[in-house]
Amino acid sequence: MSALGRVVSSGVGRRRWLQTLVIGLVAAMAVATSVLGGALLISSRAPFDTAFADQNGAHLAVLLNAKKVAAQQAAATANATGVAAAAGPFPVGTVGVRGTEAGTLTIDLKVVGRADPGGAVDRVSLTDGRWATGPNEIVVSNAGIIVSVGETLTAGETTLTVVGKARSMSDTADAWTDPATLAALTTTSEYQMLYRFEAAATATEMTANQTAVEKALPADTVIAARSWLEVRREAVEAAAVFVPFLVAFGVLALAMSLLIVANVVTGSVASAVRRIGILKALGFTPGEVVRAYVGQALLPAAAGAGAGVIVGNLLAVPLLGRIQVVYGTPKLAVSWWVDVVVVVFVLGLVAVTGWLAALRAGRLRTVDALAVGRTSSGGRGRWAARLVGRLPVPRPVGIGLARPFARPIRAVLLLAAIAFGTAAVTFSVGIGTSLVRVQAAGEHNIADVVVQPPRPTRGGPSGPADAGPQADPAKVLAAISAQPGTEAAYGVRQQPMRMTGAANAVNVSATLGDAQWNRYEMVTGGWYGAPGEATAASGLLRATGKKVGDTITLTGSGGTATLTIVGEVFESGEAVWADVASVGAAMGDTGSTSGVRPTNGERGQTEDSFRYYIAITDASDVLDYIAPLNSDLETLGLEAFRNPRTTEPIITALIGLATLVATLLAAAAALGVLNTMMLDLRDRVHDLGVMKAVGMSPGQTVTSVIASVVGVGLLGGAAGVPIGMAVHSLTLPSMAGTAGTSLPSFITDVYLPAVLTALVFGGLVVALLGALIPSGWAARVRTATALRTE
Amino acid sequence: MSEAVIELHEVTRQYDEGPPALRKLTLTVNRGDSVAILGPSGSGKSTLLNLIAGLDRPTSGTVTVAGAEVHTLGEAAAARYRRSHIGMVFQFFNLLDDLTVLDNVLLPAQLAGVRGGEARSRAARLLTTLGIDRHSGAYPGRLSGGERQRVAVARALINQPALLLADEPTGALDTASGIEVQNLLKELHAGGQTILMVTHDMALAEACATRTIHLVDGQVSADTLTDSRS
Repeated sequence: MSALGRVVSSGVGRRRWLQTLVIGLVAAMAVATSVLGGALLISSRAPFDTAFADQNGAHLAVLLNAKKVAAQQAAATANATGVAAAAGPFPVGTVGVRGTEAGTLTIDLKVVGRADPGGAVDRVSLTDGRWATGPNEIVVSNAGIIVSVGETLTAGETTLTVVGKARSMSDTADAWTDPATLAALTTTSEYQMLYRFEAAATATEMTANQTAVEKALPADTVIAARSWLEVRREAVEAAAVFVPFLVAFGVLALAMSLLIVANVVTGSVASAVRRIGILKALGFTPGEVVRAYVGQALLPAAAGAGAGVIVGNLLAVPLLGRIQVVYGTPKLAVSWWVDVVVVVFVLGLVAVTGWLAALRAGRLRTVDALAVGRTSSGGRGRWAARLVGRLPVPRPVGIGLARPFARPIRAVLLLAAIAFGTAAVTFSVGIGTSLVRVQAAGEHNIADVVVQPPRPTRGGPSGPADAGPQADPAKVLAAISAQPGTEAAYGVRQQPMRMTGAANAVNVSATLGDAQWNRYEMVTGGWYGAPGEATAASGLLRATGKKVGDTITLTGSGGTATLTIVGEVFESGEAVWADVASVGAAMGDTGSTSGVRPTNGERGQTEDSFRYYIAITDASDVLDYIAPLNSDLETLGLEAFRNPRTTEPIITALIGLATLVATLLAAAAALGVLNTMMLDLRDRVHDLGVMKAVGMSPGQTVTSVIASVVGVGLLGGAAGVPIGMAVHSLTLPSMAGTAGTSLPSFITDVYLPAVLTALVFGGLVVALLGALIPSGWAARVRTATALRTE
Repeated sequence: MSEAVIELHEVTRQYDEGPPALRKLTLTVNRGDSVAILGPSGSGKSTLLNLIAGLDRPTSGTVTVAGAEVHTLGEAAAARYRRSHIGMVFQFFNLLDDLTVLDNVLLPAQLAGVRGGEARSRAARLLTTLGIDRHSGAYPGRLSGGERQRVAVARALINQPALLLADEPTGALDTASGIEVQNLLKELHAGGQTILMVTHDMALAEACATRTIHLVDGQVSADTLTDSRS
């Protein structure tokens, strides 16, 4: 082995194992967090378009009247002008299903009979289980009801087994069965035809495409048609709020981990100045010294990077599995090139920082380098030692408190490591909290009980509009309010309406009673109270340029309503809320079917029917509440259900992500502290020996070492918290702006005084954790050995 | 009969490799003695000093100092033992550069929990006695070798130890400073301080020691009584 190789191997060998381990671990954590961050960033880039292309998504989904067009005629439209590929006809039916648990809501599912998920168009991706091939088997869409593979659903007398979960980027169905099962469940009077076209990028092209398909069919056979551009808009809109947060997590993970790596490597090389002096005295050139130290840093970093890639990918798999729910995509994975780029970048950073630090040490005069650690420190920090000597604290504490001032550059490195770690944790806590609040606020769904007309569960399309006259909403609400255990309740009727100045139909909610308690968070202004007032979603105001105070005109089948916007609700969709007295007449008796979906929490409501949301008192049990209420409601033709409110898996995933990133970065920061402390203690091991020789006990040694990081830890925490908060406050609004929404203060103001205090002390905890091993080492080091050490 | 301060009984210290540093060494030092340990490099002098100071433990045998069974002490107990029974002076002074002379001297008393006023009073007395009180606010780096060693002696004596251990106390000093330290040790001995010093310096041994012990290969080869006070 060459002299240089020998120096490198001894530099990473047994006597410097801790430093080697720290560099390796920090590199591993940096790579793992960067892989996670990179995966988040990459997956955030046009997730819909990528998945849509992968599935050969349908540019146009057409619903045909099966009574007016034969299957062969429908299939022949594959030859229409501009059609590149087609799939179908598939039978379609609406099936009312409910879970087996008591009090469960009945939900209408649009079920498509499809023998297999593949084909030329809309290759449905199975995300769990298998395709439904046997009788009474069903595959549900990930975007539909929350149910797991293996569970059963009841559709009238039939029990359906969920055998798979799948995702169609074209949003062609809520569930799929084989055609025979669907025929047994309901009367299918519609066909679904799916098309891809040679040109489908613009609305004009899509209009031409739809016209070409309609021309190839008998007249009046198309019931509905849905362009992929509309599906895309809805999907992007739904994910838009989350993307910025996930991007921010990715950037944070990348930036912080790289800062910490640079810190550790710089500290490691800077501490080896005396060894460098010895090498130079032996005849090493400055260039050889630099190469040796870059090699010493790179060897463990490369090993750590390898481990980090494995850990990062393992962590990314479940994380991306959850994130894909947000993006509405079937599958996300870490691209191989993310691994390569991250490893190259981290190792490059290690090499550059190691090179810069070694270059400085290599240029030192040999005699000066040799004198490091053996000569007086030049008086640095003596004033501090003198000052703390007067403090009424035990001497070991005073010695420790003064220590950072004796090696200010090292103390700054230590402080930087703690500040980075604290900033990372602060930002992670803040953005995690904000994200959870965004998710919760977007749901508008904290009701315990829902009241709606009961659904027929067999025999064709269901819906209360067909079930008979509706009960007087005021009487229903009075009955609900009179029910013991009712804390709050309101009724709501939803309908898509045209709004002057809006390109798309607007989802309008006409409410009876105060609805704001159902988690409608205001960005500006207030909830409507008087006739003629309305509250609008952020997404609508962004899309139309309207603002609080402006007037809007809504047109429905019953006429028009002119309303004044008095408040902006945190909601990325295009929606308006107003009292039924203000907008009910304009809604009329029958609604249009423009394809606009209700807002998330009230999804599934049949148009033109009132649904009632109820919050019950804390002392009440939901099922005990429902039973007597149903007795009262039976005569009104309504039924109460437990609101199927569950914790979204994505919330769990995102809290997990925030915790994971914060933990990794805090651990890396603690390793940075450990590294710096070990270097410092090794430098002054002789002084430690002297103090032990004159009577310093192991306990006092530990106290002294711990005390030496207390000040730096608190200062680093105090510096890191505002940095993290600043990054949070800078990131959130700009990211939210990209998502086309504004953020109410309850989403941005997440740092309570107690949280801030805990975070500042978190810096101290990071410092103490990092100092724990070094202090133990200092306490154990043999006095006689330490005294012999120069 | 004189009271024994140091009692070593059949002490052996074997390191990982090579021959033992000390072989079944038995030795007694009485209160008020001034003993010089002489011998070539590798004879076991420093090992003997470390065992008496509680910085190391014998492989076998017993070490008793001022009634304390040093060979049984753990790290924390050994530290307490050094605070209360031992003062140490080193060849290269081992003063802490970032502490003033006064703070260096005060350190063992502060570690031992001596009250502030009492500790400062003792330090002031010692600095005056040793003729370095004018340097109390200075840092060790500004002092001459002899002055530094005086500071080290003051630090060693602050807790009024039963035994002063000195490891080559003149080894790093020029002739004039060496004589200065030599005279200081003589004065301390004359004042009743028990001293055990390890040295190559025959002149120091002859001037300060009432007894000289020659070690060769970890064993006593000669144990001679002298009279340095004459």
